Amino acid sequence: MNTILDISQVSMEFQTPKGVFTALQNVNLKINQGEFVSLIGHSGCGKSTVLNIVAGLLKASQGGVILKGKEVNEPGPERAVVFQNHSLLPWLTAYENVELAVSQVFGKRKSKAEKKDWIEHNLSLVHMDHAMHKRPDEISGGMKQRVGIARALSMQPEILLMDEPFGALDALTRAHMQDSLMEIQNELNNTVIMITHDVDEAVLLSDRIVMMTNGPAATIGEVLEIDLERPRDRLALAEDTRYTHLRSEVLKFLYEKQRKIEDFSNNKKTSSTSHAKTSTAAA
Amino acid sequence: MPEQMTNNTGLVNKVITLNFTSEKLKTNFNALTQKLVIPFIGVVVFLFMWSVAAQNIDTSLGKFPGPAAVVEQFKALYIEHQDQREKQTAFYQRQEQRNAKRLAQDPTYQPKIRAYTGKETFLDQIVTSLITVMSGFLLAAAIAIPLGIAVGLSKTLNTAINPVIQIFKPVSPLAWLPLVTMVVSALYATPDPLIPKSFINSMITVSLCCLWPMVINTSVGVASIDSDLVNVSRVIRLSALKHIQKVVIPASIPMIFTGMRLSLGIAWMVLIAAEMLAQNPGLGKFVWDEFQNGSSNSLARIMAAVIVIGFIGFLLDRVMLQLQRIFSWDKSSASV
Repeated sequence: MNTILDISQVSMEFQTPKGVFTALQNVNLKINQGEFVSLIGHSGCGKSTVLNIVAGLLKASQGGVILKGKEVNEPGPERAVVFQNHSLLPWLTAYENVELAVSQVFGKRKSKAEKKDWIEHNLSLVHMDHAMHKRPDEISGGMKQRVGIARALSMQPEILLMDEPFGALDALTRAHMQDSLMEIQNELNNTVIMITHDVDEAVLLSDRIVMMTNGPAATIGEVLEIDLERPRDRLALAEDTRYTHLRSEVLKFLYEKQRKIEDFSNNKKTSSTSHAKTSTAAA
Repeated sequence: MPEQMTNNTGLVNKVITLNFTSEKLKTNFNALTQKLVIPFIGVVVFLFMWSVAAQNIDTSLGKFPGPAAVVEQFKALYIEHQDQREKQTAFYQRQEQRNAKRLAQDPTYQPKIRAYTGKETFLDQIVTSLITVMSGFLLAAAIAIPLGIAVGLSKTLNTAINPVIQIFKPVSPLAWLPLVTMVVSALYATPDPLIPKSFINSMITVSLCCLWPMVINTSVGVASIDSDLVNVSRVIRLSALKHIQKVVIPASIPMIFTGMRLSLGIAWMVLIAAEMLAQNPGLGKFVWDEFQNGSSNSLARIMAAVIVIGFIGFLLDRVMLQLQRIFSWDKSSASV
């Protein structure tokens, strides 16, 4: 396999008034060309920190990231990010938001007409061609996230980084977006790192699920290969025993091996079981 | 008391019938009441209280002017304005005729054209005040907005400049004016100035006072930009200048406008005081001159000026609000 991204020996320490806080320790991960990898873990375990280090938005205290033989020092369009809260510029239309990225990334390499085609192509890829001249406050949350994805795709990234892209959406919209994303993946076969806290989402979309231990000093606990053949269909998979097995593997990791231990553990136990039940229901 | 009670029940019955006949009419009626009738009642009550109070205040210049006296002075001021305009046209006509005559006698004669130097009327003074306040305000904006953006972007600069802003912000225009006057006389020492010194003094004083709210609001607006938007800008590698142009300024436009509205309000208040002392021929000077004049009409004329000052201040605020509605993407921030 052809490794495109190499995260090696990454640690992250933050200076706090109480002293040094180690968020991440010894994170090692290799990602192959065209692979879809999900990072899953409890909130506060440092998933976002890993993604931000890969994006170049944060600098690792130790270790580093190598993308196609080059060390990552700063953010750049070859590592396009889809943010959780869409992060569209509210004063620009969907088209203009994508345009800002396209004209910045392609500059003079594309003619005006080529850029226009490329922007429209990316917006139609996420099924937003009908509303491309609307402003973010005129479209729904799911649509905003679609535009966010179109903007990231339009940069033609080597690797697409998605930070809980569907976390702020309702369950139905989320399912819809997941299907859209699979469809796009079928076509483009991008390399993707996606952060999620949704077990079904992780199993459905990923080639590998990277499960992270709880912080402080969080690291990669287990890596689960998802060898379900593509294209995947959520309805067919719901009955599939391999799917349910993989799903329970992730659940076991999250709720048995890495159960969040807190002072009010009794409360927490009930709430985490109920959470697990909710995600089953959502499937 | 019992009589009133029956009256009230009658009213309630009426309202209920109205309610049943047409719900829509009622909402329309309510909206009308809210928008027109109640403010109208407020103004009427105020006018009544004013005239009652005015009758009971005796000053050395006679009774304090009530609404009627002020209305009369408005008329008088307008007639004075028209008289002056007539005199002015007459003056220019005479001058033209004279020059034409001399030119007919002697073709080599260079005609002299003198400007009319009559007294400024109330309307002229309003115009002067508006020009002064807008110049002062624009000068302040030209300095404050770039400074605010720089302060908002750099924490170090913010820490460095914050004490200065906090100390100068509450300073009254009256404290600045003597300093400004002396500095302007020292630096702007031409025998026949194109722009009068009194104008420059008032303008700079206005600028000094309305600089701060714009700096503060702009810097807060810039500093509170959603960090995700900044990250987007970093990911697509916008240059510093493009980042400011494409992200920072549009994102902070609502806050910049809030600062500008605050500043314009301050500028207008400061201007009147500055004009009084600097003798800039505007509304402030009008008030001061009338006060010095001390005729039986003076108080009514000052009161007329007060109403005009208030009204113009209100209009300036409305104009800014309208501009904000046109230029700002965030329509919710552009409400009253």
